[in-house]
Amino acid sequence: MIFVFFLIILMLTAAIAASVFRDLISAVIAAALVSLIASILFYFLQAPDVAMAEAAIGAALTAAIFIIAIRRTKRYEE
Amino acid sequence: MRRIVAILLLTILAVGISLSLTKIPFGSSETKIGRHYIDKGVEETGAVNIVTSVVVNYRGFDTLGEVTVLFIAAIGLGVVLSTSRKKATREITPASLVLSTGCRVLFPLILVFGSYIFIHGHLTPGGGFQGGAIIASGFLLIYLGCRERRISRVASNLAESLGGLVFVIIGLLGLAFGGYFLLNFLPKGTANTLFSAGIVPIIYVAIGFKVGSELTGIIDNLIEES
Repeated sequence: MIFVFFLIILMLTAAIAASVFRDLISAVIAAALVSLIASILFYFLQAPDVAMAEAAIGAALTAAIFIIAIRRTKRYEE
Repeated sequence: MRRIVAILLLTILAVGISLSLTKIPFGSSETKIGRHYIDKGVEETGAVNIVTSVVVNYRGFDTLGEVTVLFIAAIGLGVVLSTSRKKATREITPASLVLSTGCRVLFPLILVFGSYIFIHGHLTPGGGFQGGAIIASGFLLIYLGCRERRISRVASNLAESLGGLVFVIIGLLGLAFGGYFLLNFLPKGTANTLFSAGIVPIIYVAIGFKVGSELTGIIDNLIEES
Protein backbone atom coordinates (compact mmCIF):
# COMPACT_ATOMS: atom_id res chain seq x y z
CA MET A 1 0.00 0.00 0.00
CA ILE A 2 2.86 2.38 0.89
CA PHE A 3 4.49 1.41 -2.40
CA VAL A 4 1.36 2.48 -4.28
CA PHE A 5 1.33 5.85 -2.49
CA PHE A 6 5.00 6.27 -3.33
CA LEU A 7 4.22 5.54 -7.00
CA ILE A 8 1.33 8.02 -7.02
CA ILE A 9 3.52 10.76 -5.51
CA LEU A 10 6.25 9.98 -8.07
CA MET A 11 3.65 10.13 -10.84
CA LEU A 12 2.35 13.51 -9.67
CA THR A 13 5.91 14.84 -9.45
CA ALA A 14 6.64 13.63 -12.97
CA ALA A 15 3.41 15.19 -14.26
CA ILE A 16 4.26 18.58 -12.70
CA ALA A 17 7.82 18.29 -14.01
CA ALA A 18 6.53 17.56 -17.53
CA SER A 19 4.61 20.85 -17.54
CA VAL A 20 7.38 22.91 -15.88
CA PHE A 21 10.50 21.79 -17.80
CA ARG A 22 11.80 24.21 -20.44
CA ASP A 23 13.78 21.45 -22.14
CA LEU A 24 11.11 19.68 -24.18
CA ILE A 25 13.03 16.37 -24.41
CA SER A 26 13.10 16.21 -20.59
CA ALA A 27 9.39 17.04 -20.54
CA VAL A 28 8.69 14.12 -22.89
CA ILE A 29 10.75 11.76 -20.71
CA ALA A 30 8.77 12.93 -17.66
CA ALA A 31 5.48 12.35 -19.52
CA ALA A 32 6.67 8.86 -20.46
CA LEU A 33 7.43 8.25 -16.79
CA VAL A 34 3.82 9.21 -15.97
CA SER A 35 2.62 6.58 -18.47
CA LEU A 36 5.00 3.96 -17.12
CA ILE A 37 3.83 4.47 -13.52
CA ALA A 38 0.21 4.50 -14.74
CA SER A 39 0.80 1.10 -16.31
CA ILE A 40 2.26 -0.26 -13.04
CA LEU A 41 -0.79 1.10 -11.19
CA PHE A 42 -3.11 -0.53 -13.75
CA TYR A 43 -1.36 -3.80 -13.02
CA PHE A 44 -1.94 -3.34 -9.28
CA LEU A 45 -5.60 -2.59 -10.02
CA GLN A 46 -5.82 -6.02 -11.72
CA ALA A 47 -6.04 -4.76 -15.29
CA PRO A 48 -2.96 -6.38 -16.86
CA ASP A 49 -4.16 -5.93 -20.45
CA VAL A 50 -4.64 -2.18 -20.00
CA ALA A 51 -1.22 -2.09 -18.32
CA MET A 52 0.37 -3.71 -21.37
CA ALA A 53 -1.26 -1.31 -23.80
CA GLU A 54 -0.33 1.68 -21.63
CA ALA A 55 3.31 0.59 -21.33
CA ALA A 56 3.73 -0.07 -25.05
CA ILE A 57 1.77 2.87 -26.46
CA GLY A 58 1.98 5.48 -23.69
CA ALA A 59 5.56 5.00 -22.57
CA ALA A 60 7.30 3.85 -25.77
CA LEU A 61 5.51 4.91 -28.95
CA THR A 62 4.06 8.25 -27.83
CA ALA A 63 7.40 9.39 -26.39
CA ALA A 64 9.16 8.40 -29.61
CA ILE A 65 6.64 10.30 -31.76
CA PHE A 66 7.02 13.41 -29.55
CA ILE A 67 10.82 13.23 -29.73
CA ILE A 68 10.71 12.87 -33.53
CA ALA A 69 8.43 15.91 -33.67
CA ILE A 70 10.74 17.92 -31.36
CA ARG A 71 13.70 17.07 -33.60
CA ARG A 72 12.02 18.99 -36.43
CA THR A 73 11.19 22.03 -34.28
CA LYS A 74 13.03 23.60 -31.34
CA ARG A 75 14.32 21.74 -28.32
CA TYR A 76 14.00 24.56 -25.77
CA GLU A 77 10.84 26.42 -24.92
CA GLU A 78 11.18 30.20 -24.75
CA MET B 1 -9.99 38.82 -15.30
CA ARG B 2 -9.57 35.95 -17.75
CA ARG B 3 -7.74 33.94 -15.13
CA ILE B 4 -10.56 34.40 -12.58
CA VAL B 5 -13.15 33.29 -15.15
CA ALA B 6 -11.04 30.25 -16.05
CA ILE B 7 -10.62 29.24 -12.40
CA LEU B 8 -14.36 29.71 -11.82
CA LEU B 9 -15.26 27.57 -14.84
CA LEU B 10 -12.80 24.85 -13.82
CA THR B 11 -14.22 24.82 -10.27
CA ILE B 12 -17.76 24.43 -11.60
CA LEU B 13 -16.57 21.63 -13.88
CA ALA B 14 -14.72 19.85 -11.06
CA VAL B 15 -17.71 20.11 -8.70
CA GLY B 16 -20.02 18.79 -11.42
CA ILE B 17 -17.80 15.84 -12.25
CA SER B 18 -17.24 14.90 -8.59
CA LEU B 19 -20.99 15.17 -7.84
CA SER B 20 -21.85 12.89 -10.75
CA LEU B 21 -19.08 10.43 -9.83
CA THR B 22 -20.36 10.03 -6.26
CA LYS B 23 -23.69 8.80 -7.61
CA ILE B 24 -22.11 5.85 -9.48
CA PRO B 25 -22.03 2.68 -7.36
CA PHE B 26 -18.52 1.42 -8.20
CA GLY B 27 -17.82 -2.21 -7.42
CA SER B 28 -21.41 -3.38 -7.13
CA SER B 29 -23.04 -5.16 -10.03
CA GLU B 30 -26.05 -3.01 -10.80
CA THR B 31 -26.37 -4.20 -14.39
CA LYS B 32 -27.34 -7.73 -15.31
CA ILE B 33 -25.15 -7.84 -18.42
CA GLY B 34 -21.83 -7.77 -16.54
CA ARG B 35 -22.87 -10.65 -14.31
CA HIS B 36 -23.98 -12.56 -17.42
CA TYR B 37 -20.55 -12.14 -19.05
CA ILE B 38 -18.78 -13.40 -15.93
CA ASP B 39 -21.08 -16.37 -15.37
CA LYS B 40 -21.78 -17.53 -18.93
CA GLY B 41 -18.90 -16.00 -20.90
CA VAL B 42 -16.59 -19.03 -20.91
CA GLU B 43 -19.43 -21.39 -21.75
CA GLU B 44 -20.85 -19.22 -24.57
CA THR B 45 -17.62 -18.16 -26.31
CA GLY B 46 -15.01 -20.73 -25.21
CA ALA B 47 -12.52 -17.95 -24.39
CA VAL B 48 -11.17 -18.15 -20.84
CA ASN B 49 -10.16 -14.48 -20.85
CA ILE B 50 -13.49 -12.69 -20.30
CA VAL B 51 -12.10 -9.36 -21.56
CA THR B 52 -11.23 -10.97 -24.90
CA SER B 53 -14.62 -12.63 -25.17
CA VAL B 54 -16.27 -9.22 -24.70
CA VAL B 55 -13.90 -7.35 -27.05
CA VAL B 56 -13.89 -9.86 -29.92
CA ASN B 57 -17.10 -11.84 -29.53
CA TYR B 58 -19.87 -9.90 -27.77
CA ARG B 59 -18.64 -6.50 -28.96
CA GLY B 60 -16.80 -7.61 -32.11
CA PHE B 61 -18.46 -5.01 -34.32
CA ASP B 62 -17.22 -2.18 -32.06
CA THR B 63 -13.72 -3.62 -32.35
CA LEU B 64 -13.99 -3.48 -36.14
CA GLY B 65 -14.84 0.21 -35.72
CA GLU B 66 -11.83 0.75 -33.45
CA VAL B 67 -9.50 -0.90 -35.98
CA THR B 68 -11.00 1.28 -38.70
CA VAL B 69 -10.38 4.44 -36.64
CA LEU B 70 -6.71 3.48 -36.24
CA PHE B 71 -6.50 2.74 -39.98
CA ILE B 72 -7.96 6.15 -40.87
CA ALA B 73 -5.55 7.88 -38.47
CA ALA B 74 -2.56 6.11 -40.07
CA ILE B 75 -3.78 7.01 -43.58
CA GLY B 76 -4.35 10.63 -42.53
CA LEU B 77 -0.81 10.90 -41.16
CA GLY B 78 0.59 9.38 -44.36
CA VAL B 79 -1.35 11.85 -46.52
CA VAL B 80 -0.32 14.88 -44.43
CA LEU B 81 3.35 13.86 -44.48
CA SER B 82 3.43 12.90 -48.16
CA THR B 83 2.37 16.41 -49.24
CA SER B 84 5.65 17.77 -47.85
CA ARG B 85 7.78 14.88 -49.06
CA LYS B 86 11.18 15.93 -50.27
CA LYS B 87 13.79 13.56 -51.61
CA ALA B 88 16.74 14.89 -49.63
CA THR B 89 18.45 11.82 -48.21
CA ARG B 90 20.17 12.74 -44.99
CA GLU B 91 23.55 11.43 -44.00
CA ILE B 92 22.89 8.53 -41.61
CA THR B 93 25.47 8.23 -38.88
CA PRO B 94 25.61 4.56 -37.86
CA ALA B 95 24.92 3.75 -34.23
CA SER B 96 27.67 2.43 -31.99
CA LEU B 97 28.52 -1.28 -32.00
CA VAL B 98 27.06 -1.89 -28.52
CA LEU B 99 23.75 -0.25 -29.42
CA SER B 100 23.29 -1.97 -32.78
CA THR B 101 24.26 -5.41 -31.43
CA GLY B 102 21.96 -4.96 -28.44
CA CYS B 103 19.09 -4.03 -30.75
CA ARG B 104 19.75 -7.03 -32.96
CA VAL B 105 19.67 -9.34 -29.91
CA LEU B 106 16.55 -7.79 -28.39
CA PHE B 107 14.47 -7.40 -31.57
CA PRO B 108 13.56 -11.10 -32.15
CA LEU B 109 12.74 -11.52 -28.45
CA ILE B 110 10.33 -8.56 -28.59
CA LEU B 111 8.73 -10.00 -31.75
CA VAL B 112 8.25 -13.38 -30.08
CA PHE B 113 6.77 -11.72 -26.97
CA GLY B 114 4.35 -9.63 -29.04
CA SER B 115 3.27 -12.68 -31.07
CA TYR B 116 2.77 -14.64 -27.86
CA ILE B 117 0.55 -11.86 -26.49
CA PHE B 118 -1.79 -11.80 -29.49
CA ILE B 119 -1.83 -15.56 -30.20
CA HIS B 120 -2.75 -16.31 -26.57
CA GLY B 121 -5.23 -13.42 -26.39
CA HIS B 122 -8.12 -15.73 -25.49
CA LEU B 123 -6.15 -17.46 -22.70
CA THR B 124 -3.96 -14.86 -20.99
CA PRO B 125 -4.31 -11.08 -20.53
CA GLY B 126 -3.60 -9.10 -23.65
CA GLY B 127 -4.60 -9.48 -27.25
CA GLY B 128 -4.30 -8.00 -30.69
CA PHE B 129 -3.94 -4.36 -29.72
CA GLN B 130 -1.36 -4.98 -26.99
CA GLY B 131 0.61 -7.50 -29.07
CA GLY B 132 0.59 -5.18 -32.07
CA ALA B 133 1.81 -2.26 -29.97
CA ILE B 134 4.65 -4.39 -28.53
CA ILE B 135 5.70 -5.47 -32.04
CA ALA B 136 5.64 -1.84 -33.20
CA SER B 137 7.87 -0.86 -30.26
CA GLY B 138 10.30 -3.60 -31.40
CA PHE B 139 10.43 -2.02 -34.85
CA LEU B 140 10.95 1.37 -33.18
CA LEU B 141 14.01 -0.11 -31.46
CA ILE B 142 15.37 -1.20 -34.86
CA TYR B 143 14.78 2.29 -36.28
CA LEU B 144 16.70 3.85 -33.38
CA GLY B 145 19.46 1.27 -33.02
CA CYS B 146 20.19 -0.04 -36.53
CA ARG B 147 19.60 3.21 -38.37
CA GLU B 148 20.43 2.00 -41.86
CA ARG B 149 17.70 -0.64 -41.74
CA ARG B 150 14.23 0.12 -43.08
CA ILE B 151 11.10 -1.99 -43.17
CA SER B 152 9.68 -2.95 -46.55
CA ARG B 153 6.67 -0.73 -47.23
CA VAL B 154 5.13 -3.41 -49.49
CA ALA B 155 5.33 -6.12 -46.82
CA SER B 156 3.93 -3.84 -44.11
CA ASN B 157 1.04 -2.72 -46.34
CA LEU B 158 0.38 -6.37 -47.25
CA ALA B 159 0.26 -7.42 -43.58
CA GLU B 160 -2.05 -4.51 -42.79
CA SER B 161 -4.46 -5.22 -45.66
CA LEU B 162 -4.50 -8.96 -44.97
CA GLY B 163 -5.29 -8.33 -41.29
CA GLY B 164 -8.23 -6.09 -42.17
CA LEU B 165 -9.47 -8.48 -44.88
CA VAL B 166 -9.36 -11.53 -42.59
CA PHE B 167 -11.40 -9.67 -39.94
CA VAL B 168 -14.10 -8.59 -42.42
CA ILE B 169 -14.20 -11.94 -44.26
CA ILE B 170 -14.61 -13.88 -41.00
CA GLY B 171 -17.44 -11.51 -40.08
CA LEU B 172 -19.11 -12.00 -43.45
CA LEU B 173 -18.72 -15.82 -43.18
CA GLY B 174 -20.63 -15.59 -39.90
CA LEU B 175 -23.31 -13.63 -41.74
CA ALA B 176 -23.46 -16.33 -44.42
CA PHE B 177 -23.54 -19.32 -42.05
CA GLY B 178 -25.69 -18.15 -39.18
CA GLY B 179 -27.41 -14.92 -40.10
CA TYR B 180 -25.48 -12.24 -38.27
CA PHE B 181 -22.16 -10.47 -38.64
CA LEU B 182 -19.20 -11.96 -36.69
CA LEU B 183 -21.10 -15.05 -35.56
CA ASN B 184 -18.79 -17.54 -33.85
CA PHE B 185 -19.38 -20.30 -36.41
CA LEU B 186 -16.27 -22.42 -35.69
CA PRO B 187 -16.34 -25.17 -33.02
CA LYS B 188 -15.51 -23.78 -29.57
CA GLY B 189 -13.35 -26.72 -28.45
CA THR B 190 -12.33 -27.28 -24.85
CA ALA B 191 -11.77 -24.08 -22.92
CA ASN B 192 -8.23 -23.21 -21.76
CA THR B 193 -6.48 -24.79 -24.76
CA LEU B 194 -4.76 -22.90 -27.59
CA PHE B 195 -7.18 -24.11 -30.28
CA SER B 196 -10.39 -23.08 -28.62
CA ALA B 197 -12.95 -20.27 -28.77
CA GLY B 198 -13.67 -20.58 -32.51
CA ILE B 199 -13.06 -17.34 -34.40
CA VAL B 200 -11.70 -15.37 -31.42
CA PRO B 201 -7.98 -16.29 -31.81
CA ILE B 202 -8.13 -15.91 -35.60
CA ILE B 203 -9.54 -12.39 -35.31
CA TYR B 204 -7.02 -11.47 -32.62
CA VAL B 205 -4.10 -12.65 -34.76
CA ALA B 206 -5.50 -10.56 -37.64
CA ILE B 207 -5.82 -7.52 -35.34
CA GLY B 208 -2.29 -8.10 -34.05
CA PHE B 209 -0.86 -8.03 -37.60
CA LYS B 210 -2.96 -5.02 -38.51
CA VAL B 211 -2.15 -2.90 -35.45
CA GLY B 212 1.53 -3.86 -35.52
CA SER B 213 2.00 -2.95 -39.18
CA GLU B 214 -0.06 0.25 -38.83
CA LEU B 215 1.89 1.59 -35.85
CA THR B 216 5.16 0.60 -37.54
CA GLY B 217 4.01 2.47 -40.64
CA ILE B 218 3.30 5.58 -38.54
CA ILE B 219 6.81 5.45 -37.03
CA ASP B 220 8.33 4.79 -40.47
CA ASN B 221 6.50 7.78 -41.98
CA LEU B 222 7.57 10.10 -39.14
CA ILE B 223 11.23 9.01 -39.12
CA GLU B 224 11.55 9.17 -42.89
CA GLU B 225 10.17 12.70 -42.89
CA SER B 226 12.28 14.14 -40.11
